[in-house]
Amino acid sequence: MSLRDASVALRRFGLGAKPGDMARIAADPRGFVLAQCALTTAARLDDPELRPSHDVFAEAQTAQRQMQMAKQAEKLAAQQNAPMSAPSASPASPPPSRGNAPPKPMAGLVPGAPPPQRPEVKAGAIRRDAFNEELAARIERGVSTDAPFVERLVLFWSNHFCVSAAKGIVRGMAGGYEREAIRPHVLGRFADMLKAVVHHPAMLIYLDNHVSIGPNSPAGRRGQKGLNENLAREILELHTVGVDGGYGQDGVTNFARLLTGWSVGNLNQRVVPPGTFFYIPMRREPGAWAVLGKTYQGGEEAALAVLDDLARKPATARHIARKLARHFLDDAPPKPLTDRLEAAFRSSDGDLAEVAKVLVNSPEVWEARPRKVVPPYDFAVSLVRGFGYRPKPQELGRLAAALGQPTWTVPAPKGWPDDDDAWMGPAAIRERLRIAEQTARNVDKLSDPRTLAADLLGDAMSEETRQTIARAESREQGFELLVMAPEFLRR
Amino acid sequence: MRQMMDCPENARLSRRSLLMGGAASLALWSLIPRIAIAGTRDPRLLTIVLRGGLDGLSMLAPIGDPNYASLRPRLAIPATGEGAGLTLDGFFALNANMPFLHSLYQKREATLIHATATPYRGRSHFDGQDVLESGLGGVGRITDGWMNRALAKLPSAGAADATKGLAMGAVVPLVMRGPAPVLSWIPKTYNLPLRDSTVARLTNLYSMTDPKLARAFAEGLEIDRVALSQASGTPAPAAAKPGGAAGPLPPRLSKEFIDAAEAAARFLSAADGPRIGALSYNGWDTHANEGAVQGQLGNRLAALDGALEALHAGLGPVWRESAIIVMTEFGRTARVNGTEGTDHGTGMAALLVGGAVRGGRIIADWPGLAETSLFEGRDLKPTLDLRTVFKGVLRDHLGIPDGALATSVFPDTAAAKAFDGLMA
Repeated sequence: MSLRDASVALRRFGLGAKPGDMARIAADPRGFVLAQCALTTAARLDDPELRPSHDVFAEAQTAQRQMQMAKQAEKLAAQQNAPMSAPSASPASPPPSRGNAPPKPMAGLVPGAPPPQRPEVKAGAIRRDAFNEELAARIERGVSTDAPFVERLVLFWSNHFCVSAAKGIVRGMAGGYEREAIRPHVLGRFADMLKAVVHHPAMLIYLDNHVSIGPNSPAGRRGQKGLNENLAREILELHTVGVDGGYGQDGVTNFARLLTGWSVGNLNQRVVPPGTFFYIPMRREPGAWAVLGKTYQGGEEAALAVLDDLARKPATARHIARKLARHFLDDAPPKPLTDRLEAAFRSSDGDLAEVAKVLVNSPEVWEARPRKVVPPYDFAVSLVRGFGYRPKPQELGRLAAALGQPTWTVPAPKGWPDDDDAWMGPAAIRERLRIAEQTARNVDKLSDPRTLAADLLGDAMSEETRQTIARAESREQGFELLVMAPEFLRR
Repeated sequence: MRQMMDCPENARLSRRSLLMGGAASLALWSLIPRIAIAGTRDPRLLTIVLRGGLDGLSMLAPIGDPNYASLRPRLAIPATGEGAGLTLDGFFALNANMPFLHSLYQKREATLIHATATPYRGRSHFDGQDVLESGLGGVGRITDGWMNRALAKLPSAGAADATKGLAMGAVVPLVMRGPAPVLSWIPKTYNLPLRDSTVARLTNLYSMTDPKLARAFAEGLEIDRVALSQASGTPAPAAAKPGGAAGPLPPRLSKEFIDAAEAAARFLSAADGPRIGALSYNGWDTHANEGAVQGQLGNRLAALDGALEALHAGLGPVWRESAIIVMTEFGRTARVNGTEGTDHGTGMAALLVGGAVRGGRIIADWPGLAETSLFEGRDLKPTLDLRTVFKGVLRDHLGIPDGALATSVFPDTAAAKAFDGLMA
């Protein structure tokens, strides 16, 4: 074992070294990573300050309703006061307006009651604050964790099962979603994570299943809107068997029918707390439907059965194996590696800790030079870990966004791209230089870039990089060059 | 100093608003009784660190040395003709990009020093700068700089801003670091050329090790260049000179040097402002295409000359009480290298200018550039400990006694006696 292996352990399988890490794990770098595979609860982030996602949903929706009612009341009052009448007109006894029908009071607006006030905190601010608190907690975890491989698995699976904060209420729920549906399962069973994800209101809302209604269900026959295939399609195409998984349009539609009724409780019902999973039988499409050759009887349990079966499909094992290998090693991973991961996934029935161990025990991952460009979020976290530069979490979030990866705000359900070209755009590399300058200005000027480079890159550092840093014109420039070194930009 | 470090942003803002407040604030300063530091004199000292290793043999060219031209084909400053140096004493000539410095020399307000060095004999910029700025005998656990330690020994220690140091830049340079309080100020354009130098180094590194990154980086810089050229509809700064031998100066470079010099001059000339300041200019590490007359070094020397002129103008009446030390961490190789540049060397040139300086002379115990005279067969051999110059200035200009200089400002330097007679 060597410092070279230590840099693989801390960079390829981590979020970058902190000064001292390389030496600390040098005796057994692989053991350092493998040991993390047994830390089944290390990924959890149970901070009592962080609110459950359904709390945020309820508070934001309450504020939104309040706002609607207040606006309605204000509009009503304006209409009543407008026509030449004296300002003494009381809202309790509206004067009959001439010509037009009197405006109908909105449901919940009780005549005679004091007019509803606008909410103290707007829904947008509630969503934003929750988002920022979650982001800060996530960054803090990434910076401080002693199990960085586990955190990398969180980032991988969170991206695999991504939701986007760009979609209304999901902004307030994205962080909670990751804590509630992803983190508990990254070293557990794939099927459990899949079910937790699809069950989660953030996913149901993000991919529109909360409004999907079986056309022949009681609700559908009353003329409400129809089937929405979005979630069913993405589960098949992105989350499980993959685009070549052997399903057709029928499979997608049938799966969507089986998912009807899977929705989210809002303020209007009293069955479940608002913002939690809510099964609505009235929306269930009746009948039995086939997905990938197996027929399921509808009902709440039917969709769960589909998910369990999808998790066991060989195509799912292959899809996940390729994605993991691409993420941790190379855009074009060697076939023996993907074969091995696929076999591990199948033989362990989707035990993700087993799959992770096989990945870490694969010779290929220890042999290759740094390859994958460190994506923006990981890059930001690695700067804090390595350089002790502590900007505010929101600044770090902005930094990742400036490099093209705003946290929890993916452009499409497919998630962030995982190939080098995506993060190596000219403008992005140029932007990294700006960040390098900023970092260098904030580093302890008495530390030595040469020492820090050895500490952060270990034996992954090329002689050219070592010399370039050693020959820097000033310490500040030495730190800039270290941030921009190929071995720091890649892993 | 502590507070400054914890909260440089505030310090910077308050300083800036104080300055931008302009006349009113400065007028207030002038109402505060003047504090004399040493008797009736009120001396100012500014150090300018040229980071990267200035090629002294191109700034202060030994055109009379028989080996100079042959060691440096195409790089040596010619004695006559195009790009010829400005005449000094016949043996040395001043780089043609420095006409203002030349005029100071003629007015006996500039002393040119050659073949000097710190005790450092290695070739690392960081370590060399550490030794230069710490004033210590070698590399070690360094936490403060000799100017800060000198501040604590000023005869009038205890007065207000007059005993604070002034540092230009986001981070206080080592030479000014330490327990004594320091004001810091960041001109907007300061140290931009660091980027040029960083870009060149990264371009080189990527081209050797990572072609894909090299391509993306080059394209990214192209975007930058286009954006810059579109944005720079602003006229060149008024103080920019139409250009010496190097031709018209890159306005950005010139503006950066001048902005910092003007800001330093404003602080140092304020009645109750700081008396001791430090600034540094990056970008002197000329390994390739040095361009001593026309090119990167020529441009920088011209910008430095412009900065000296800006200091002269900005200090105004207190110029006669001012001394400015221009120094670098080490000199460069005597020979030109294979890429029309020079590598890290040893013996260097330094400048001591200002109205308080007994100038018009060259201090150089010239060792010669013959093969056998070169240090380790490659560098100008140092014959003068640069710290003796620092000590001479601190003693005769600021009134710091020999004892304090030899023990706390430059520890263990009793043997390196202060250079006598540097000040007028």
